[in-house]
Amino acid sequence: MAHVTGDWNPLGQVFYRKQEIYSMGWRDIDLDKFVVAAAPYGGPIALIRDETKLVRVQGSIRPVIYIYTSSGREISSIRWNSGHVIHLGWSCSEELLCVQEDGSVLVYDIFGQFKRTFSMGTEAKEMKVRDCRIFNSHQGTGLAVMTSSYRIFMVNNVDEPRIRRMADVPGLDAPPSSWVVISQDRQSRVLLARENDLYLLDHGGQYSRQLAPVSQQVEAYTEMAVSFNNKYLALFTNTGLLWIGSSDLERAYCEFDTKCPQRPKQLAWCGTGAIVGYWENILLMVGPGKDYVKYNVDSTVHLSHLSHLSHLSIVPQVWYRCYSRLLGEHTADSGPREGLCKVVWCGTGAIVGYWENILLMVGPGKDYVKYNVDSTVHLVPELDGLRILSNYSHEFLHKVPNGSIEPGAMLYEASREFQNGSPKADEYIRMIQDRLQVAVDQCIQAAGCEHEPTTQRMLLRAASFGKCFLSDMNPEPFVRMCRMLRVLNSVRDFTIGIPLSCAQLEQLSMPVLTDRLVLRRQYPLAIRICQYLKMPDAEGVSRILAHWACYKVQQTPRDDVTRPQLLEYEPKSAEQVPLLMKMGRDQLALAKAVDSGDTDLVYTVVMHLKEKLTLGDFLMTIRNLPTAQSLYLQYCKEQNREMLQDLYYQEDNFQESANCRVMDSYNETRMDERLRALQQAQEAYTKARNEFAAKVTEEQVRLLKYQMRLEEELKRPYLDLSLHDTISQLTTEGNHKLAEQLRKEFKVPDKRFWWLKIQALAEGSDWAELDRFAKSKKSPIGYEPFIDVCLKHQNRYEANKYVGRIADPAKVKAYIKIGNLEQAAETAMQQRSEEDLNLVLSKCTSSHRVLAEKISTMKAQLSSKK
Amino acid sequence: MAASHLSGGRVNLAILREAARKELLECLDKCDGTKAVVWDEQLTGPFGLIAEYSLLKEHEVDKMFQLRPGRMPAANVNNIIFLCRPKLALMEIVAQNILKEEETGGSRKEFHIFFVPRKSLLCEQKLKELGVYGTFSNVDEYTLDLIPFDSDLLSMEIDSTFRDCYLEDDMTSMYYAAKSLMSVQALYGIIPTVCGKGDCARHVADMMLRMRRELAGTEPQITPQIDCLLLLDRTVDLMTPLPTQLTYEGLIDEIFGINNTSVKLPPEKFASSKQQTGGPQEMPTEPKKLVLNSAEELYAEARDRNFHAIGPLLSRKAKLISAQFEERHGAKTVGEIKQFVSRLPHMQAAKISLANHTTIAEMIKEVTDSDHFMESLTVQQEFLNGIDTDKVNPYIEDCIARKEPIIKILRLVCIQSVANNGMKQKTLDYYKREILQNPNDISYVFSGYAPLSVRLAQFLARPGWRSIEEVLRILPGPTFEEAQRIPVGLRKKRTSVGGGSESPKVTLVYFLGGVTYAEIAALRFLSQQEDSLSDYIIATTKIINGHTWLEGLMDTLCPAPFPDSSSTSKSKGRR
Repeated sequence: MAHVTGDWNPLGQVFYRKQEIYSMGWRDIDLDKFVVAAAPYGGPIALIRDETKLVRVQGSIRPVIYIYTSSGREISSIRWNSGHVIHLGWSCSEELLCVQEDGSVLVYDIFGQFKRTFSMGTEAKEMKVRDCRIFNSHQGTGLAVMTSSYRIFMVNNVDEPRIRRMADVPGLDAPPSSWVVISQDRQSRVLLARENDLYLLDHGGQYSRQLAPVSQQVEAYTEMAVSFNNKYLALFTNTGLLWIGSSDLERAYCEFDTKCPQRPKQLAWCGTGAIVGYWENILLMVGPGKDYVKYNVDSTVHLSHLSHLSHLSIVPQVWYRCYSRLLGEHTADSGPREGLCKVVWCGTGAIVGYWENILLMVGPGKDYVKYNVDSTVHLVPELDGLRILSNYSHEFLHKVPNGSIEPGAMLYEASREFQNGSPKADEYIRMIQDRLQVAVDQCIQAAGCEHEPTTQRMLLRAASFGKCFLSDMNPEPFVRMCRMLRVLNSVRDFTIGIPLSCAQLEQLSMPVLTDRLVLRRQYPLAIRICQYLKMPDAEGVSRILAHWACYKVQQTPRDDVTRPQLLEYEPKSAEQVPLLMKMGRDQLALAKAVDSGDTDLVYTVVMHLKEKLTLGDFLMTIRNLPTAQSLYLQYCKEQNREMLQDLYYQEDNFQESANCRVMDSYNETRMDERLRALQQAQEAYTKARNEFAAKVTEEQVRLLKYQMRLEEELKRPYLDLSLHDTISQLTTEGNHKLAEQLRKEFKVPDKRFWWLKIQALAEGSDWAELDRFAKSKKSPIGYEPFIDVCLKHQNRYEANKYVGRIADPAKVKAYIKIGNLEQAAETAMQQRSEEDLNLVLSKCTSSHRVLAEKISTMKAQLSSKK
Repeated sequence: MAASHLSGGRVNLAILREAARKELLECLDKCDGTKAVVWDEQLTGPFGLIAEYSLLKEHEVDKMFQLRPGRMPAANVNNIIFLCRPKLALMEIVAQNILKEEETGGSRKEFHIFFVPRKSLLCEQKLKELGVYGTFSNVDEYTLDLIPFDSDLLSMEIDSTFRDCYLEDDMTSMYYAAKSLMSVQALYGIIPTVCGKGDCARHVADMMLRMRRELAGTEPQITPQIDCLLLLDRTVDLMTPLPTQLTYEGLIDEIFGINNTSVKLPPEKFASSKQQTGGPQEMPTEPKKLVLNSAEELYAEARDRNFHAIGPLLSRKAKLISAQFEERHGAKTVGEIKQFVSRLPHMQAAKISLANHTTIAEMIKEVTDSDHFMESLTVQQEFLNGIDTDKVNPYIEDCIARKEPIIKILRLVCIQSVANNGMKQKTLDYYKREILQNPNDISYVFSGYAPLSVRLAQFLARPGWRSIEEVLRILPGPTFEEAQRIPVGLRKKRTSVGGGSESPKVTLVYFLGGVTYAEIAALRFLSQQEDSLSDYIIATTKIINGHTWLEGLMDTLCPAPFPDSSSTSKSKGRR
């Protein structure tokens, strides 16, 4: 049998390997005539006829989008009857994104079922989209479109499209030479080339010019590719120079002259070590040490190499050395001359360029490998390699794990000899005795890279054999690898068609893989995997069964009875309500949301209804559920005052309507508007039979008018003072007549008027008028307030005038207030109040010694008289 | 801030704080690199009780700002994190901040917003409308619901609960309350008995039971630490928050305002004590901030007493402390001196505490001795005793005429109304008219305040919880009692018959719509009774007093200036 490492190719210090994973199941597909969109992680492939290529029209002119598995089995097809599709791509949750010329993006699942649509904004719609990029952002799958005005709009997550406009490139009036999206540090930016100028654009309206450290003069960068992890960048110039460096353009790894000025069809990275270009029947891979390997894609040539070399395979490194020398002789002068079709990164290790029938793989160290291809291919970059899709086969080009492979190979040989019953096994084991642990690990790793189960088994058997000689080996990696390979083999199966690698599955995680199986309606396999891996029921089997049940229910068309019935079993309202909404059972959804008490959920339904229904229907619907209605009212109060009025009107809620108008009146910046709002409020209060409020509102209107007149006459501000303050101000200013007029008109109660007037007079220090007022008639508030206001303005002299008018019982306190303790004591004595005498005494300080004695005498007198 | 005072009770509330801290840090760690946190003003206080600045600093929080309209202060950080309540008005400020920040350019920043305690669809929609939603790298929630205030006190500190629930019929905060109870149950086990009184209480209980069903058996397996939950609507007792509180803590709150267990006091009163240290000391201008909780021994003893009892308590403590200090003369041997020295820090702390509270008590006494305080109290007492509640009260009239603070007036009117079981339309209209003609400073409109129409036959001045069944029957709203099934293995083992040493039950009393310090004091008093059948933990949506409560029910209206009337444009600013 052929040796495990037979299809390995050295690229500098590392090895690359291209292995066929499927021969394609599709018939009569010429990739040359299609636009191809293949999802990463061995996802589905979408094809649509390339309109730029002339084809004989057969039957319908409507384009069809075909969706295939990676193994070329047709899953579905969509007869396209919407707008002009300019780009196809896949989201990370394996949804097909069809970008139309008008900037709308239609989202389908792999079964061609329409899911949703979103737009890239009005500008994109008006200007038309000319180009599109789909990329992995930190938030999910991103999408960027370029309009015909060369402006770029971007969303970072197609599940939650929030459109951002990228900064304009100054003076860009022709299509840019090339552009890519670089998503790094939680930000997505666009790198755009206008001829030889590079610009880095971000969404905050900022752009910066960039300089790539390229040693030669560059006229234009015609193609770019970013590696899977966004750390590396490849630029291709119109002179055929391929530059490889870091994506921040700080470091250059390698420049490689392809001698081919034509723009490539595809440029792809393969791991972090090499780039591949694609020419007529040749794949060329370049590695770090200027080593290069040429692959003739013609399989017979390829195999003859293998058969020549197989006897050397016992010590693989020797084999490699020979092999690379051999190939070196072959390809020394066979530089590619055809036009490069496409440049794609191959994982993060190498970049692959694709010209007509030639793949060129170039590593950061200027090493390259050239592969010939015999038909049109499509390159799909993966995180750990590159998939090469052609009319008849599907191949995976990837880096072989690092490190010396020697002990592993020895162990492998030892295991084979052991199975053959040969004593050589012992010999080999002895040779690697001290590196046995490494050997076992290498065999486990190598098994992970294998697609062929028999080879996997051989390698694992070797690992297991090696294990016997180790006393304290951790079995975990071995067991894990066995499990993983079992799962991988089952999903790689032609019928399922998900050609994942170990590294990809690790990145993707097991739950996502089961999700993807669910997506493909491979329920039994998904369940078996969950059971095999002993996943907890909640995230494993039960979840998948639930999906299956949902699918089953959806299968029976318009089963409006069963679906909500089943949904009744859902205890979580947060799950139930959106589903009910999806089914169009909006009323029920609203009721359930209200039941849950989760007001946010209620708002979700309410806002959905508001968008969906006519205003009338909407209002009638929420009317039936008071909770929903009052929540909506609450929302309107803050956000939509007009709607609030409509709602009150509908409900004949005149009281609230009037309240609302009063509040709004305060925001009016024109007097006539404010008066009108208040008058409307007054009418509404009347309708609400709130006569008091109506009256008060009417008074407010009158007051405002009055104040306007005052302002005109007196040229002083009065507007927006309260009635009380208006009268008060007039009094302070000495306009007693006008104040009196207002008092009468608005029926200010006597008591308050007296308070008001004495305070205002004291404020204006109009002591004469205060005195006159005190004498005008008997005060309804007594005369203490007169003293208080005088004292407030530090006028003890005036205060003194009013003490005489105070009723007897309060007189003593009044004297104390104005500080006349002596008089206070006298008065208390006259009134024969011991209590008051005590009060005065308590106010006496050391300076009142004489008085204090006098009071004591008085007290003695009082008690003796009793 | 140390959290030792939280773990002193029957149920260790420090665990709740620990959980909240953990979640906060998880939120912060979602954002890589240096951070500036922009706080919703309302959250700074509560967050202070959860995490101290040094902890945030450890997680690369370099700057903290208050959320203010306009441009935010410059900060050279990678991330800007907004932490705010889900309120629409705040979204506009957030958007403004972001747009201005993006205008300035400079180093590129990541924006994040965390809603506390929950995300809201409307807010997210608003951010979309304002065109900034796409700018956020994270739109998430930080579910901080109940914040531990003390070893027996929890509060959500959501201002608008009473208004939202009873005036606007917006039960969002009740949903938060139910969620908060789920958080409590996640940490302390399912509460076997749930009873309550009032519509909101019923609603919260329903949601809570429903949420447990949604958990569908995935709830934590913890032996219940809380035996009973009592949910109470504020409407059950509308009277209690209205009269001036007369406990020590209550008075501090009434006069100076306690926010998140700390009070800000006029600094000049505290300056004198330091004067002996010599030198021309400057008058401190920053208000003196004191933390008030049970960590302070003296305060724990004093807070729930009637203010009259504070004077004697303080003087007794003063004697005790000076006696302790005198002991140093008695200490003869090295051992005795050492023992004395080891007690010194504690004694010093007690001395400072005593000085502080003596100062506070003096300040309070100044207020309580004033005429207007006494007059107002007298009127309150009259109303509470049902005297003259049916006619216009001359004192209230005078207050209006004298332009006393509107809330003081409204408080009195409300007491009168509640005590009189609603007011005669004529009397009410008279008050309304008086207030309308003479509003103080700004115009207020009173949003049809429910108490005026709510029929409240009796109020619970000091709720007698043991006889609650009978009392509740005459109060409005449904009364209910529910049992939550607890798995057998988790049920509390009954101590054997005749053991008798069974510790009292733990009851969580949840006030929906606010609770006052006076009520907290009453419950603590009950707990302390020797024959008490239960220990109480108190939870609420917000700690209130009559002032803050009524404030929450008011709308502030300020007339827009008229640009077209130039003659009046000047001097429009109201005092």
